[in-house]
Amino acid sequence: MKVIYTDNNATTQVAPEVVEEMLPYFHDLYGNPSSMHSFGGQLMRKLKEAREKVARLIGATPDEILFTSCGTESDNTAIRAALASDPDKKQIITTRVEHPAVKNLCEYLSKNGYSVTFLPVDRQGRLDPEHLYKSLSNDTAVVSIMWANNETGVIFPIEEIVQMVKEMGIVFHTDAVQAVGKIPIDVRKVPVDMLSLSGHKLHASKGVGALYVRKGTKFSPFLIGGHQERGRRAGTENVASIIGLGKACELAGKHIKKENERVKYLRDKLENEILKQIPNAMLNGDREHRLPNTTNISFEYVEGEAILLMMNEFGICASSGSACTSGSLEPSHVLRAMGVPFTAAHGSIRFSLSIYNTEEEIDFIIEKLPPIIERLRELSPYWKQ
Amino acid sequence: MWEYTDKVIDHFLHPRNAGEVEDPDGIGEEGSLACGDALTLTFKLDDEKRIKDAKFKTFGCASAIASSSALTEIVKGMTLEEAGKVTNDDIARYLGGLPKEKMHCSVMGRNALEKAIAYYRGEAEKKVEGEIVCECFGVTDLQIERAIRENNLATVEEVTDYTKAGGGCESCHEKIEEIIDKVFGKPHVVHRKPARLTNIQKIKLIEETLEREIKPSLKKDGGDIELIDVVGNTVIVKLRGTCATCVASQVTLKHYVESKLRELVTPELTVEEVQQ
Repeated sequence: MKVIYTDNNATTQVAPEVVEEMLPYFHDLYGNPSSMHSFGGQLMRKLKEAREKVARLIGATPDEILFTSCGTESDNTAIRAALASDPDKKQIITTRVEHPAVKNLCEYLSKNGYSVTFLPVDRQGRLDPEHLYKSLSNDTAVVSIMWANNETGVIFPIEEIVQMVKEMGIVFHTDAVQAVGKIPIDVRKVPVDMLSLSGHKLHASKGVGALYVRKGTKFSPFLIGGHQERGRRAGTENVASIIGLGKACELAGKHIKKENERVKYLRDKLENEILKQIPNAMLNGDREHRLPNTTNISFEYVEGEAILLMMNEFGICASSGSACTSGSLEPSHVLRAMGVPFTAAHGSIRFSLSIYNTEEEIDFIIEKLPPIIERLRELSPYWKQ
Repeated sequence: MWEYTDKVIDHFLHPRNAGEVEDPDGIGEEGSLACGDALTLTFKLDDEKRIKDAKFKTFGCASAIASSSALTEIVKGMTLEEAGKVTNDDIARYLGGLPKEKMHCSVMGRNALEKAIAYYRGEAEKKVEGEIVCECFGVTDLQIERAIRENNLATVEEVTDYTKAGGGCESCHEKIEEIIDKVFGKPHVVHRKPARLTNIQKIKLIEETLEREIKPSLKKDGGDIELIDVVGNTVIVKLRGTCATCVASQVTLKHYVESKLRELVTPELTVEEVQQ
């Protein structure tokens, strides 16, 4: 069965060009870049090139890029570094809709001596900057706010809010894992102090991420050990994946227009047709300020896992914010923070596209989904025609 | 992804007996939209008072739909007495097992069946018996007790898998532990300290902990510690004896004294040595 992959906010296909770029570093050039022999040492130059490519995508300089093992490590490193460099300050400000890499870390810290402010969002998943400004205090050590939400695709006004935070001398970190590669990001224009990105969300491999740390930002390492990454992140470099990440960033830069025109067109078509053809379906999240590839739609009176497994029968891959898919008993914390009613939250489906999706695939989903919803509604005691 | 058996997938994709029996003899409703799954079971009896037809309508995940479908297959042909003995485990076994996190789907089936039988017998819809323990999912102490007994559950996590209780805000976990201990006849050990201490209580507790727990072990190495002051959550102490000159005294202070006080008094505490 052909797989129709529309779950790209979960992970992406590694681009064929990226795979090709990575392969020599497994069988031929397997050295350690820190070695004194040129067999290993020559790889330092390849890492440097990769660092330049990652930096270029977000408008940074290469020495502001640290390679990590994943987005979660980047987020943890950033927040802990900010706290460690100003140990007297005990307040963290974040939002209620962060990825677990930030949310659960902050919840953990709130039980270990820190006070955490979780900013609310409105029904469309938007952040009110006033809430942030009112929460800032002399005790604030770090503000960590995601650039774009993984579940709804809603983009936060980072450019607008970062100014005020910086004026107060507070460190600003953003989890831009979902945003990098999908929308233009330039840290010269948006002066965040730290920014997390992840390889496998932009067609590089799993197991590699990066953290941007603005020059002059106080920093202390999370992993302590060898001198790699100029002592800022110990551990032998994941050479092949880092080189792959470099290539993926180079490609992302080239494809950003396609992402915002072609992918957006397909997403809009999928979304509009679903909302038109299926009654009691509603969009979750701000239609306007949103990633071009993501749509999150709720189908009332049916449950998300059941929808996913029926789509699975046709090879269609997507995600849900329902309780049953999360392994917890409550639906997505993002949808709950937005005040999406339970009737809809349990039946939410997220489609996240990539440049590899075709119009035929989108048409196939549009054809298959309405009967699935209809069938599940026939089974549902709440559905009255 | 859940590891569902082929039978679960089969009953999910091809549910048996979906719908509502016309002019039913029994109706049982269980669950709610808020909880994420709900089941309406209807049945019709034949002349010999056996279940001639049973149908379900279910809102929920694959295992909720499969459990409902299995339930209707199991009870068809049974007398009400036989049906009354069907357990959640029977439903799970019929399906070749359910992931443990999904056992509550089988419990939902059993509960709906009981309600449908009670409806037929004209027993007025029983008021929620017992006291609500889990506010998030509206689960009572009696329901939890029953699940513990019938399925031999030993941990809060297992109780959550079977009843959902404790799966939301988690504030009822201690109560659930108490119920487990009660069922198994164990004395309940309260390991948590009062949630909020007044300043006086806090200082007293710090003093006691220093005397009882910390000083004796420092004294073994010829050291000692004196409480100087408590400012908010900062405990100011002075190290004496060998501790005062020990190069590792900061390690002792942070890793031993502080963690001990955090464990036994309150996790917000930090320990500092008095400035000379």
